[in-house]
Parts: sequence; structure tokens; C-alpha cells
Amino acid sequence: MTIVECRNVKKIYRQGEVSVTALDGVDLSIVKGDFMALAGPSGSGKTTLLNMIGGLDSPDGGSILLNGQALEKMKPSQLADMRLHQVGFVFQSYNLIPVLSAVENVEFVMLLQGMPLQERRRKALAILDDVGLAGKYGRRPAELSGGQQQRVAVARAIVGAPAIVLADEPTANLDSASGKDLLKLMQEMNESKKVTFIFSTHDKMVMEYARRLTLIRDGRIVEDRRK
Amino acid sequence: MILKLAWRNIWRNRRRTAVILTAIVIGLWAMVFLSALMRGIADRMVKNAISTMTGHIKIYHAGYRNDPVIENRIENPGEIKNILQSLPAVRQFTSRIRVNAVAANARHSGGVTLVGIHPGREAGISFTGDAVTEGEYLKDEESQGILVGRALLEKYETRIGHKLVLMSRDASGEIASRAFRIRGIYDAELESTERQFVFVNLAAAQEMLGVNGDVTEFSLLIDDYEEAAAVAASVGRRFDGDDLAVYSWKELLPLVVAVLKMYDGFILFWFAAVFIAIAFGLVNTILMAVFERIREFGLMRALGMKPSFVVAEVSAESFFLLFIGTVAGNLLGAASVAALSQRGIDLSAFAKGIEFAGMSRIIFPVLELGDILTADAAVLVLGMAVGLYPAIRAARFSPVEAMVHM
Repeated sequence: MTIVECRNVKKIYRQGEVSVTALDGVDLSIVKGDFMALAGPSGSGKTTLLNMIGGLDSPDGGSILLNGQALEKMKPSQLADMRLHQVGFVFQSYNLIPVLSAVENVEFVMLLQGMPLQERRRKALAILDDVGLAGKYGRRPAELSGGQQQRVAVARAIVGAPAIVLADEPTANLDSASGKDLLKLMQEMNESKKVTFIFSTHDKMVMEYARRLTLIRDGRIVEDRRK
Repeated sequence: MILKLAWRNIWRNRRRTAVILTAIVIGLWAMVFLSALMRGIADRMVKNAISTMTGHIKIYHAGYRNDPVIENRIENPGEIKNILQSLPAVRQFTSRIRVNAVAANARHSGGVTLVGIHPGREAGISFTGDAVTEGEYLKDEESQGILVGRALLEKYETRIGHKLVLMSRDASGEIASRAFRIRGIYDAELESTERQFVFVNLAAAQEMLGVNGDVTEFSLLIDDYEEAAAVAASVGRRFDGDDLAVYSWKELLPLVVAVLKMYDGFILFWFAAVFIAIAFGLVNTILMAVFERIREFGLMRALGMKPSFVVAEVSAESFFLLFIGTVAGNLLGAASVAALSQRGIDLSAFAKGIEFAGMSRIIFPVLELGDILTADAAVLVLGMAVGLYPAIRAARFSPVEAMVHM
């Protein structure tokens, strides 16, 4: 089942008279259950493509369908709603709200979804247990290690049962052991909960873990293969 | 969660929060305390004016106010007394004779206002009852005694027991004079009052002026002096066609009314000035907090938080700061007023200067609920309104722009 369909997606950034083509006609299909690494050097367009798929930015040409809905036709409020219900995000750093505890960070998305307090508390605790943070519910981000913070971010990304989780260089700020643990966790979530993951990365370890590797260079997909 | 988030966010930078809270508290305190001080000045001014022979309502002969001579007197006071006694709105009343006179002794002479009073009734209506600080108050049956102000006594270089001669024009147009003996000295709020009024028994004044039971005025007290205009109108209707005129204190004391209006204006101006200072501080603080957290707002927007939630969250931070500051400022203001409510602020050292402005020598601050609510509303409602600016700025960050900071 296709979740994301990118058709000839283009994005050009303009600053004064200078134009930079970030995406130059990207065609890509992502199916449910994919565990995919979007790899490429810095400036190749990885983050831009993730932002487009996540509805954080809009393409200058082409079309992106998420569960059959064309994102470029949505209004900002519809995009916000779509992100809330269909997309989970894990960012490279500064991933959590610092004044909220781990469990409250996880609850945050469900709060925005309008879930009742008791239900969201129950789900948040359960997912924190799943990501190996049992007993650390009340800790604030500053009281957690980088790896633990990313685990909370993963928990928050998947707790709302999104169609897809977009992770922008999730291991970039972690040491290799923590990065490996995080990848194992996401792999486990992908396998047990059938969560679809896409990572942007240039970390070889991430590429090794991915079951699908898509290489992007100069805004074009140059290779797309399943392992 | 929005409130929890806002509450925790304001304590992220405790020093900054303490600074803005201090500014709001001092601002509120200044609003509450200064308005209480001005209300206290105004309140004493009104009460002084009312107790200085004015009362809440006065009844004169129709021509007396324009020409306060003995010919313009009330000739059948008995009927008026009967009517006033039957009016439930009238709490207390007395009648007087008041004419311009010349007071003289061996050393000095000068103009005064001769007031003939019922000593017993007068005591409950004007300041005279508890103003005598030396000697004794007039007795109802006494015909020779006179009560003078301390300032007049000093000016005339005389003392209790000495004679003072009063001269005025009597009902037949002749000069009438009579010697009185000083029985008591009164201290008034204003020195000008002490120099102006001398009090004798009503019967003695009537005899001296040859008016045989007539008076020049009735002075009435009612329960609430703010209602004086309405009660005066209803009392006036009872005397239609009687060649009498009924006035409320607001008509008799236009200068005081003008000063009260001026004070209202001062208070509003003061509120506006303080609020503007608070508003700048608040907007600056919240803007700083917002710009420090651009990435956080980007994250929240990326997670699906709608702009209205961002506005609500940032506005809640403004609200908490304003609310805490308002409550603390009110409490501090009320405590300051309470601390001064017993002894007041003694301005005797500046007596002459403040008398010129019609102020009392001692000021007792008066808290008025309306002023507190106005100050609170100005800070809370307008504060929330100006707090919308940083909130809207925060809501307008696009997720991608904000995420660039990550």
C-alpha cells in the first residue's frame, strides 16, 4: 500500500538573484512498512524532501500525495492537521520541549489530537516502557542523555499512530552506541508495530540498518534499492 | 497542558520573570496607592466642605444665594421644620442665621461670618461639635457666649473669657452690635475656616439682628451624600411656591465638584501612564522569551500545533505574569493603605500650601473598589491585548524557518 507518492517534485530556493535548485524532479513512492534511508551528501536535498513529505514546506512544482491527498493543495491549517494525525517527526537535535517531562512530551501530540487525559497518559506510559524508558517518565529532557531524549522523540513520533515517521538525521548527535540502540529501537517498532520510517542520513550505520536505501544527489534520486 | 506549559515557561528565566513581575507589582501598587491617596484627599475635601456649614442639602430663601443679607431670610421656619421632620430621607437637620459681620476688640477688627446656631443640633451636623479644643462648646440656653477659631483668636490676640464685639446690619437696615464673651476655641481642618466663622446661640443672633425667630438657612444631612442631588430635588418639590430654594452640596460647592472631576482625570491619566510603562516591559519580556524559543515553536508547529494554540500558550504566559503581578500589587497597595489608615499622612508642616489647594492637613488614603477594578482591568485586559503582539509573532513562525535554528 503506497503511503507517499512524489511526482516530479521540484523546489528552488531563491535569495535575491541567486537561485538554488534543491529538488529537481523527484519521483518516489513509499509503501507501508518501509524502513528507508534517504542518503546523500550535505546539500543534496534530503531534508528538503523530508520537509515536503511532512507538509512543512511546499513544492514549487510537481505533486506529493500522502495517503492519496495532495499536500500542495492543502491550506496551512489542513497541513497542520495532517502533520498532527499522519506524520511523526524525529529531529536531529532539540527534539523535545524542555519544560515538559518525558511522559508529558509524549502526551503532547495526543493532547493536540484531543485525546482524553487518562487515555493519553496510559498510552504515553506504555510507549515509554516500549522504548526502554520505564521509570524515567517524570524526567525532563535536561535530565536525560542524548540517546534517551531521542527515544522519547521516537515514542512521541509513533504514539499517535501516524502513517509515516520522518527522521531527519536522528543519530547525528549521538555516539555510535546510542545511535545503534536508537536504530534497533526504530527497527523493532517498524517490525512489531508496522510503523513506516524514512530517515535522512549520511551515516553509514543508518544505511546498513535500512531495508531500503534511496540515494539523492543534487536534488535528484540517483539510486533506489531494497535490500 | 497549555497552562502547564505556559506556567513552566515563565519560570525558565527566573531573573527575567522576577524583573517584569517587580515592574508590574510596583506599577499596580502605584496605581492602587496613589488613587487611594487622591481619593482620600478628595474625600476629606468633600467632608470638610460639607461639615463646614454646608451639609448635604441646604434650604435658603430664594434670593439669599445671590444676595446673602438678612432681608433674604426664611420667615416661617416652624412649618419647614415640620415638613423636614416628616421626610424619611432626611436624617438630621438644623437651622441657622448666617450673616456677614465685623468682629472687633480693643486691638483688632475685621470681617467675619456670624453664625447663629442651635448648639445641640449643630453639633451633629457641622464640624463644631467636636472641634472645640479649649474652653467649652456653646450651651443651648446661653446668650452671651461666642465660639471662635484659634486662628482668629491669635489674630485678635485675645483669649477665653474676653469680650468680642460683633456688628452687622439688622432687619431694619440699621447697624446692630452686641458684645459676646469668648467661651470656647475651635480648631478646624482649614485655618481659613478658623478665621472666618464665629458661632453664637441662634436666639442671641436673632435678637441682635431683630429677626424674631427667623433663620437664613436650613442645613440637612442624609444617609448617602452621593444621593444629595436626588433628595434635594424631592425636598424642593415639597416647597414649590414657597419662595425657597433647595440646593445639594454639589450645587453649593462647584469648586469642590470641579476638583473631584479633576482628580478623576488625574487618576485615569496616572493609570494610563503606569500601564504604558508596564506594557512596554511586558511586550519586551514576552518578545525576548518568544525569540529565545523560536526553535521550540517551530517544533510545536511541526508536530501539528495550530497557530491559535501558539497564541493561546504565549498569551497564557502574559496572563500568568499579569495576574501574579496584579494580585501582588493589589495586596501591597491595600497593605500600604491599611498601614496609613489609622494615622494618615500628616501634612501639617505644609498647612498653608495645602489649604490653598483645599486639602486637609492629614490625609487618610481611601480604597475605592472602582479604582482597584479599573487598575486591574487596565493591567489585565489591556496587558493581554498588548501581549497578543508577541503571541502572534510566535504563531507566525513557519515551521521550516524555525527549524532552521535546529
